[in-house]
Amino acid sequence: METKQLTGSQAVLEACIAEGVDTIFGYPGGAIMPIYDALYDYMDKLKHVLVRHEQGGIHAGQGYARTSGKVGVVFATSGPGATNLVTGLADAMIDSTPLVCITGQVFAHLLGTDAFQETDIINITMPVTKWNYQITDATEIPHILAKAFYLAKTGRPGPVLIDITKNAQFQSFNYEGYSICNHVRSYRPKPIVRKEFIDIAVQLINEAKKPLVIFGQGVILGKAEKEFKEFIEKSGMPAAWTILGLSALPTDHPQNVGMLGMHGNYGPNVLTNDCDVLIAVGMRFDDRVTGRLDKYAKQAKIIHLDIDPSEIDKNVLAHVGVWGDCKETLPLLTMGIQQKDRTEWLNVFAGYAKEEYEQCIHEEMHPTAEALSMAEVIHAVNEITKGDAVMVTDVGQHQMVTCRYAKFNQTRSNVTSGGLGTMGFGLPAAIGAKFGAPKRTVIAVIGDGGIQMTLQEFGTIMQTGVEVKVVILNNEFLGMVRQWQQLFMDKRYSFVDIASPDYVMLANSYKIAAAKVSKREDLVDAVTKMLAHEGSYVLEVMVGKENNVFPMVPQGCSVSEIRLK
Amino acid sequence: MKSDLSNKAMENEKQEFTITVYTENQVGLLNRIAIIFSRRKINVESLNTSPSEVSGIHRFTIVVVESREVVIKIVRQIEKQVEVLKAYYNTNDEIVWQELALYKVLSDEITEKVKVERLLREFGARAVAIRKDFIVFETTGHREETNKLMEALAPFGLVEFVRSARVAIIKESAGFHEKLKDFEKSEPGIELVENEYLGQRGNVFTM
Repeated sequence: METKQLTGSQAVLEACIAEGVDTIFGYPGGAIMPIYDALYDYMDKLKHVLVRHEQGGIHAGQGYARTSGKVGVVFATSGPGATNLVTGLADAMIDSTPLVCITGQVFAHLLGTDAFQETDIINITMPVTKWNYQITDATEIPHILAKAFYLAKTGRPGPVLIDITKNAQFQSFNYEGYSICNHVRSYRPKPIVRKEFIDIAVQLINEAKKPLVIFGQGVILGKAEKEFKEFIEKSGMPAAWTILGLSALPTDHPQNVGMLGMHGNYGPNVLTNDCDVLIAVGMRFDDRVTGRLDKYAKQAKIIHLDIDPSEIDKNVLAHVGVWGDCKETLPLLTMGIQQKDRTEWLNVFAGYAKEEYEQCIHEEMHPTAEALSMAEVIHAVNEITKGDAVMVTDVGQHQMVTCRYAKFNQTRSNVTSGGLGTMGFGLPAAIGAKFGAPKRTVIAVIGDGGIQMTLQEFGTIMQTGVEVKVVILNNEFLGMVRQWQQLFMDKRYSFVDIASPDYVMLANSYKIAAAKVSKREDLVDAVTKMLAHEGSYVLEVMVGKENNVFPMVPQGCSVSEIRLK
Repeated sequence: MKSDLSNKAMENEKQEFTITVYTENQVGLLNRIAIIFSRRKINVESLNTSPSEVSGIHRFTIVVVESREVVIKIVRQIEKQVEVLKAYYNTNDEIVWQELALYKVLSDEITEKVKVERLLREFGARAVAIRKDFIVFETTGHREETNKLMEALAPFGLVEFVRSARVAIIKESAGFHEKLKDFEKSEPGIELVENEYLGQRGNVFTM
């Protein structure tokens, strides 16, 4: 084999190219300078997006991974650069987002000496990475990076961090090419499918009178949207989604009965405690989905499909655990199940949907109050996008409202911080989402709290010209915390009253077009103008200060105790 | 209704479990495994790392007092770690185990008091170092045994005492050689896939 001399830094970039990476989100610094120096010669092959903060970089990497289905790549320097990644790593870990983060590290001979910008990032990130590794010798770079990409994207995806000491980045070595990794002997990406449990599951589904399918991001991560649709369509089962499963099934699919959990829809929550067989696909029974566990679906036989064996029985005991990649297991189930008409059972959901609409949704969509509601803003967006946009949300009330009311026609269209609930996720994730899906309209819906956590990334928008539509739903409160304080803490509004800058001036100072709207009659025009505008746009919408998100399953209550008001 | 799950519920009493983990030899893996316990605020009673019967493969032996349900979850989290090949958990009747203890006693005490000498013989203690001023004895056995000698020696001025972590052999295990060969393949056999608990669900239809 032909060999050539490469530096460790060049080998890192060669690995990125070999893995099909087209965009890197990063921020330079002392300990990663050799890699950035090498990047100078690779500018025609690798696009680098200079963010304004490493947290912004990693959230952008997450947004990119979510919309593109590829591995997000992030560069950061040692010390503070690396520690600024931690929130994003934790977010990617809990939401199973494939990332490869490369951090610079001090020279190997300085490790453990409290050198300038030295931090033990391997130990710091151990609980929030699927795998991490420190490279001190450049010859390790090709196979370690191959392993990193393989681990990040296979099985249950997750973030991988590779820490490379500065000497290894400088070091020249005999480069023998890059080979893609497809096997690590101590790592099994997916369990083997066991036919006998498929058979039991099929029998349970066929005997079921009131089956309910609940699905999560596993369907999207497994690229099994088609298989999933065939599965539910064959036997006419209602399907409800977790916040990360959203967009795997089109919103207007007749069997899509809505969202599960704390602020989910009325029917799927109540009927979780009425179904006879509950089929969970690629979801992990988060407490925000299940409410009180000892009152969760106790009457039902539970079938749990998951690629990660440690998820089966973790929170909810399953009668049948169908381990494996749902891309493989769903067709096996579909093959066995009988065609059924379950109109009657679906009508029960429709009844609940009607009640929810009358008691809750109608007022949200068409408020009689003077102040704008968050839902009518999302409704106005839907009217124009017709469900074709990528919706990125931050965390809080606006997130719940967007996920409840936004329409989706295609998969990988909903990007949000689900498990970790990271405020500040929205803006940088939207930037990454646009790089991951450049042909699609990307709309970020963000609260007045979350936007102020990472608004430095307006600078990234300005400099790269990436087109992101930012809707700031401003209720002049940290709304979700305020809602809880109102409902459960006697309206003691402790530090939730948050002031905002003039977002229009702020956006303009970053050369981003912007507008502010607070009257109902101006809303549709403002949204239309934003979406028609070429380039990024910030639309601040003043919404009712003390609007609440309903329905709601109060903490410590069962899902069937969901409140409509 | 869920009679098939009630057997699991009965296993919820805490007892001693020995967890055996076969791993790659990699820096930092000890931390990754330790984090799984500390995150759940579970105290590790004893932890031993050593080579295993297979060259290059490490073997952790970890003892915890927990319910079976919790132990199963922990074992699955351990197996999820990239560099872990396989983890087993066993109750005490399923393993053969030993711990080693060292006792330092002043030489004067031994030479002056016949009783001490008898005691040491009774417990099968072996002298591993004999100095003018002190003697170090060693015993191996179960914790109760090493404890008893410690308590018996206490009145005679036990200067130092230390006990090692538990090492354990699984009675039913056929070793790891064949399993490792299977792991080397890109499509490992069914036995390696941690589906064993699924078997407990056989009576799913007996409502």
